[in-house]
Amino acid sequence: MRHTISVLVENEFGVLARVAGLFSGRGFNIESLSVAPTLDPAVSRMTIVTCGDERILEQINKQLHKLINTIRVIDFTGQDCVEREMALIKVSAEEDTRAEVLRIADIFRAKVVDVAPRCYTIEVTGTPGKVGAIVELLRPMGIRELVRTGPVVLGRGPKAVEK
Amino acid sequence: MKMTGSKILLECLRLEGVETLFGFPGGTVINIYDDLVDSPIRHILTRHEQAAVHAADGYARATGKVGVVIATSGPGATNTVTGIATAYMDSVPLVVVTGQVPTPLIGNDAFQEADIVGITRPITKHNYLVKDVKDLSRIVKEAFYIARTGRPGPVLIDFPKDIQVATTKFDYPATVHLPGYKPTYSGNLRQVEKAVKMMLGAKRPVIYVGGGASSPEAAAALKQLAETLEAPVATTLMGMASIPKRHPLCLGMLGMHGTYYANMAVTESDLLVAVGARFDDRVTGSVPHFAPQASIIHIDIDPTSIKKNVRVDLPIVGDLHEVLNKMVAKLAEYPQEAARAREETGFWRQRIAAWRESHPVHYTPSNSVIKPQFVIEKLRELSAEDAIITTEVGQHQMWTAQFFDFCRPRTFLTSGGLGTMGYGLPAALGAQAAFPERQVIDISGDGSFQMNSQELATLVQFKLPVKIAILNNNYLGMVRQWQQLFFQRRYSQTVLDVPIDFVKLAEAYGAVGFSVSRPDEVEDVIRRAFAEPGPVIMEFKVEREENVIPMVPAGKALNEMVLSS
Repeated sequence: MRHTISVLVENEFGVLARVAGLFSGRGFNIESLSVAPTLDPAVSRMTIVTCGDERILEQINKQLHKLINTIRVIDFTGQDCVEREMALIKVSAEEDTRAEVLRIADIFRAKVVDVAPRCYTIEVTGTPGKVGAIVELLRPMGIRELVRTGPVVLGRGPKAVEK
Repeated sequence: MKMTGSKILLECLRLEGVETLFGFPGGTVINIYDDLVDSPIRHILTRHEQAAVHAADGYARATGKVGVVIATSGPGATNTVTGIATAYMDSVPLVVVTGQVPTPLIGNDAFQEADIVGITRPITKHNYLVKDVKDLSRIVKEAFYIARTGRPGPVLIDFPKDIQVATTKFDYPATVHLPGYKPTYSGNLRQVEKAVKMMLGAKRPVIYVGGGASSPEAAAALKQLAETLEAPVATTLMGMASIPKRHPLCLGMLGMHGTYYANMAVTESDLLVAVGARFDDRVTGSVPHFAPQASIIHIDIDPTSIKKNVRVDLPIVGDLHEVLNKMVAKLAEYPQEAARAREETGFWRQRIAAWRESHPVHYTPSNSVIKPQFVIEKLRELSAEDAIITTEVGQHQMWTAQFFDFCRPRTFLTSGGLGTMGYGLPAALGAQAAFPERQVIDISGDGSFQMNSQELATLVQFKLPVKIAILNNNYLGMVRQWQQLFFQRRYSQTVLDVPIDFVKLAEAYGAVGFSVSRPDEVEDVIRRAFAEPGPVIMEFKVEREENVIPMVPAGKALNEMVLSS
């Protein structure tokens, strides 16, 4: 089963390597990982998408906690939350497909952020499912390059995750 | 007053109560070694950095204090890796300081540069690269704190040469601030209550003890718990010295080379209380067939150990000493129930006694050739009760576990998790450095001994009178045993058919050597060795193809033991 986990870590030298090494060393999956500092620059927040059965997820949770630099681990699976991912898609825009590309972008409320003679770069934000859907629709037009950030997630409502 | 990084390091070590360092000098730690000349801290120069780490590990296991190592950058640092991994697997508190090339050169493939922080990340509890001399005292403080608290383990500090000569005002912090590190010690009281109820209701209980109970305090609490319930106790290799082998409730070791009665008891138990153990594959054998009828209570300070390998019915996270004492206190509130539990489990102890009688720990004695088990029995008989025993890894290690009657905590130092050949001699060296007056004996095989035999020089130089018993069968015996049993006796690369003269080897280093091949000489040579004031090698030319039995073949259930060779 797919799980989205947020990890608050001390923003220290090598902390990303510790987390990534933990996953590779113990044979856990990482589908995606995004990381950046939080409001407090001494703390970074990682969002990791992983999968595994209940036993493996329990180990992932505990092993992440065991790292000295880890402050908190929150598994958002089954919780009410907002999950968003961004993608930049460089797609061919020939005379006969250009209008269709723009129409699809419009439907997904995506933006054209760069225009070249036979190519658009499109920025789209949404759930991983939505990003996947626009990628599938654009694929027949000829996607030249694609980059996805991997999802980030926040719980809904006024309550914030504390350190 | 400003101080150099190198001086600050040594001052921090002194303030942490470090009396002995183990290490090996080199280019990037030369400043530290220069300052060491004026320091009250004793330094023991091993002949290899791996041995320095094992020595600090032996020192730590024997004393309960943090072992400290200094090594240079590059090869010095990479040589510490096996020692660090050994300590990590067995939860031994160490602080390892490695020199590093100057910070401007890091990443440039400089002479004797290695990314030791990267290399040791998965085998340390935590590690540091000192980038600013102002961080140094905080890092050392944290390193010692992390190494010795919670589930202990090794911490590495990589210390670049330019930071060693940089200066700053020295101020040793009184406390640490680690927001992400708060080990649980006390143990949840409601879980403890539930555990006590389960124990009082059990008909066939077994306590299974691992290395977590190695401290004298935890061992005492364990004994009290077992005696209150008259519950039998099986130990892992690491838990062996936590309960006296001769104690009527002690079943000896369980697992691959465990006793028949320990393995049968675990298999038929209805309640297994795991105490500071982690259900290693050498203990469980086939997991689906491990303790199939038992409810499992698991007490451990490390939450990741719980439910990692087996299902657990009742987890308790906490320090064993505290949790076991709480259990004993709780049990005292139920004296009648405890008395009834003792009575109702009487038949279970009788059943185990019958297994013990039908399948004791045994070997076939011989009048013509030395049996390795006989040597171990004699070593026990002739050594002091508080003697510290170390082993290497292999058949001799398992025979020591089976035939040496340990009776005190911290007297059996062996590489359990990693299984590091070459551990025993340097570990003995470290233990002897901690306890110059006690007997320290390395029980070894001829294969393992040669992995760190250079440390004979250290023993002689620092007047450490370790006694080394080599059970020489001219084989890598444990692998040979597997080849005999599972590979049709194809002895691929396990025959060490070189007539090494261990007596001359000892003498070459300025130690004393004895060699015997007849059973009637064994006792005499042990007496003579123990009477020598310095280090001694005793070579016993033993039965070459003796096997370690019982044996649970890898992946089989504990009750599928091979009982004879």
